[in-house]
Amino acid sequence: MTQEHRKFICITCPRGCALDVTMEGEAVVKVEGNSCKRGIDYVMGELKDPRRMVTTTVRVTGGVHPLAPVYTESPIPKPRIFDLLAVIRKVELKAPVKVGDVVIENALGTGINILASRNIPAKSEAS
Amino acid sequence: MLKEKYDVIVIGAGPAGLAAAIEAKKTGAQDVLVIERAQELGGILQQCIHNGFGLQIFKKDMPGPAYAQHFIDELAGLHIDTLLDAMALNVTSERHVYATSRWSGFVELDTRALVLAMGCRERTRAQIALPGTRPAGVYTAGTAQRFVNIEGFMPGKRFVILGSGDIGMIMARRLTFEGAKVERVLEIMPFLTGLTRNYVQCLMDYDIPLQLHHTVKRIIGNDRVEAIESVQIDKQRQPIPGTEETIPCDTLLLSVGLIPENELSRKAGVSLDPVTGGPFVDEKMQTSVPGIFAAGNVVHVYDLVDWVTQAGLLCGRNAAQYAITERKNHGRRVKMKAGDNVRYVVPHVLDKESLAESAQRLQMRVTLPIEEPVWVEVMNGEERVTRKAELYVRPGEMVNIDIPQSAYDAVQRASELSVRVVRR
Amino acid sequence: MADKKYDVIIIGAGVVGSMVARFLSRYKLDILLIEKESDIGMGASSANTAIVHAGYDPKPGSLKAEMNVLGNQMFDQLAGELNFSFERRGDYVVAIGPEELGKLETLRQQGLANGVPGMVMLDGADVRRREPNINLEVSGALWASTGGICDPFSVVIAAAESAVVNGVTLLTDTAFQDFIMEEKRIVGIKTNRGDFRSRWVVNSAGLYSDVVMHKAGLRPEFKITPRKGEYYVFDKAEITINNVLFPVPSATSKGILVTTTIHGNTIIGPNALEIEDKEDRSVTPEGLNEIWQGAIKLVPSLSLRYAIAEFAGLRPGGNAPSPNPNIHYNKDFIIEIPKEVDGLVNLGGIESPGASSSPAIAVRVIELLKDAGEKLEEKPDWNPIRRARPRFRDMLPTEQKLLIENDPSYGRIICRCENVTEGEIVAEIHAPIPARTYDAIKRRTWLGTGRCQGGFDTPRVVEILARELGVSPLEISKKGKGSEFLVRPTKDKEAE
Repeated sequence: MTQEHRKFICITCPRGCALDVTMEGEAVVKVEGNSCKRGIDYVMGELKDPRRMVTTTVRVTGGVHPLAPVYTESPIPKPRIFDLLAVIRKVELKAPVKVGDVVIENALGTGINILASRNIPAKSEAS
Repeated sequence: MLKEKYDVIVIGAGPAGLAAAIEAKKTGAQDVLVIERAQELGGILQQCIHNGFGLQIFKKDMPGPAYAQHFIDELAGLHIDTLLDAMALNVTSERHVYATSRWSGFVELDTRALVLAMGCRERTRAQIALPGTRPAGVYTAGTAQRFVNIEGFMPGKRFVILGSGDIGMIMARRLTFEGAKVERVLEIMPFLTGLTRNYVQCLMDYDIPLQLHHTVKRIIGNDRVEAIESVQIDKQRQPIPGTEETIPCDTLLLSVGLIPENELSRKAGVSLDPVTGGPFVDEKMQTSVPGIFAAGNVVHVYDLVDWVTQAGLLCGRNAAQYAITERKNHGRRVKMKAGDNVRYVVPHVLDKESLAESAQRLQMRVTLPIEEPVWVEVMNGEERVTRKAELYVRPGEMVNIDIPQSAYDAVQRASELSVRVVRR
Repeated sequence: MADKKYDVIIIGAGVVGSMVARFLSRYKLDILLIEKESDIGMGASSANTAIVHAGYDPKPGSLKAEMNVLGNQMFDQLAGELNFSFERRGDYVVAIGPEELGKLETLRQQGLANGVPGMVMLDGADVRRREPNINLEVSGALWASTGGICDPFSVVIAAAESAVVNGVTLLTDTAFQDFIMEEKRIVGIKTNRGDFRSRWVVNSAGLYSDVVMHKAGLRPEFKITPRKGEYYVFDKAEITINNVLFPVPSATSKGILVTTTIHGNTIIGPNALEIEDKEDRSVTPEGLNEIWQGAIKLVPSLSLRYAIAEFAGLRPGGNAPSPNPNIHYNKDFIIEIPKEVDGLVNLGGIESPGASSSPAIAVRVIELLKDAGEKLEEKPDWNPIRRARPRFRDMLPTEQKLLIENDPSYGRIICRCENVTEGEIVAEIHAPIPARTYDAIKRRTWLGTGRCQGGFDTPRVVEILARELGVSPLEISKKGKGSEFLVRPTKDKEAE
């Protein structure tokens, strides 16, 4: 079976070791370039189930600002990032919004909620 | 309602200012005010919607606004005054603050201790003398971030980013998330200037190419950016002829450094370190002017907001202690005024407690000669504290009078004493 | 508007066109001032050294020399009437080393021939006293005490506003395309916004004055060659120069200055590069290096660390022979009513000392019209005074307080570096010549010219402009159509 090399930069600690992973098909033959065991864990994670925290904004009506920032409660699978962004783009919240409000429950069936990360008070008549 | 005199005034309600105000109040400063130029508290954190904040202090990975909200809520619970949408125009070394806002108008405030927490501004296109035309579509990364995250508008469709600092990389991902195309990130240095994690999660993840040893040779486009001409540079930072590339785009973002914003510090007479761009500070975060403290990015550029908060807490604690000491000492000081026929009195100010140790001598000169017997009197309003007989007084001859220790109680009652010369 | 017949149409609202409009507005004439850009003064008038020249430099006997000296004299009264900032600090031509001293005397003689008053020779010690940072090798200077500094755009806006308030119609985004002629008589002009009829047309089109006159078949050999000059601007907190410092001049230009400005910043420049493209205002590394090398000869202690801006201006350099047959000079002003056509006042090649000459040119235009038989009847209600709008940062704290009490929007600072308030911005948006773009506000209020170069104020100015003009922020531009700041809302549904 042919071997291929895949490169990663580990981000577990600020050192940022450059890792070279030798694969045969789906199997990992060798990991080189790591300074500690966590590098291997990182690479295994990236190969099997890479995940990312996603932060973006949603539209708000009736608030002092037109957008509210939101974030994923925990990292979501990397391949689904743009699907998630498309779903979030369709959302429109009504002010007031509070930090921690659940904006989307169980996004894309991942079991992960999208939460608001900022208070957006309602626009008062006086302003 | 604003007070005329505060114990601690904090200029800037970003993470440094919020922490300083909160800690100042908790340390025991009675009257604390925060002046903030934006319409809300939180400073730059409100537009930093990405995560990575609070890992050290809260052991949580929070987005910027959520991190800020923690402190905003804490501040609200502590009865700290805030003046928002207000610009501090001037600060003197005596800690007199001039500010203006739409809502309070022009205000003049005094404070016992001042905390400077104005943060940074971004290095501009002009400061790196970027050649080319001056079309619309050239922004610093932070200004673009504000448009995208707060105002809700995209400043362009196709981007080139100059600088591999964190703000530039974060914006590369942000813009990609909002449907724009980031063509290239150019970095003049041979190394990444931001965090590796951002390179992986903002550029590598989205196949955005980074070119080290590269910079912008010139900007092309008359009304709007049409393209960027990039060029590779050699070890002497000179462009290598023949390596030019014209990259079509409609927006150039600049992420080329932060500069501590110290214009107010300068007006207050605070000494600045030319290397950091911020004030010289001691371990208390006090500047070269007594009673003026500084914290956060205004002192030097930080990497993690958690450390900024720490600096703010330290600074607030010390500012509060300075103010508390000032309050105590103020009650202990009495001003000396020149009364009838007295031109001046020295010392100008007396510590009341000094009478517990010994009598205190006042020296003066009279305005006009009186060739008759006179009383030299020290008065607390109409109450006489002490007096001395002289046969005559002349401007050419210095006159002195001692406040005896027996006058201790009388002096305790006074905030001001005057010295006068009257005929017997 | 298309059916209305004007008495005078003025092509180009730069400093010359605006000054002509202002002086002509005194008379009972229907005047139309057209400008092809979105705002007035965006051509040569927008980027220059902001000097009101003393007049020793132009060739004696030339129209440039005559107009310069006459114009210079008019500035005190004009600044008082139109309320723009102007200061007579004098020009210094500085000789470095003893070899350059002889050239100063030549200049002084030239100045005397031009009728320039108040010139004084200073020795090196005098110059060092007046300008502590000057090169220590300074051997002397010619001090032309009538030289002045001003804010060049404020002269344009003040003159144009005065004209508009006195009845002149101003149309921006209106570009001249051709003349409408009946036989040899000009009866109107064609523009991108329709045709306009008029008895007289004034060509004050600056960089394009050649294109305009060629459309009337005039002076086919006349050509405007833009000469680009680049500048650095320095942080006023770091660099202080007291005066206007010229080097000893060369054959091609007055040389690279180091000068203070009316705003307190120090600027250096310009160089002089002949180019073809009349719209090329790009700054170049070569140009910036050239002005830097020139500047440090005068003030060696300058540091590029404190540069906060660069810009380039274009001089409309012409090749017209002087109307004075006794002198040999091929770059003089054209100020004439040509015989070949009827109905045209032709102003061409008005480069430096153009701004300094502009009031005198306006007066000359009136004389030419009178000579041509125009009966100019004065308006009894003509108002020479144009009131200035409040500038927050120039006011004392007590004045600032009153201003805010009367209008709270003056309490909101939008440009942090230059202390420009929302009240001022709103006032300019609703002024007789409204500011509708970011650059227009920048030219009028000086906002965005400081250390942060608009980093803090841009989003706020966009918001204010959108609100006051009643349009979406997407329509707000830097300098007119095509230079909009924003392309779409962040949550645009179509952007997938």
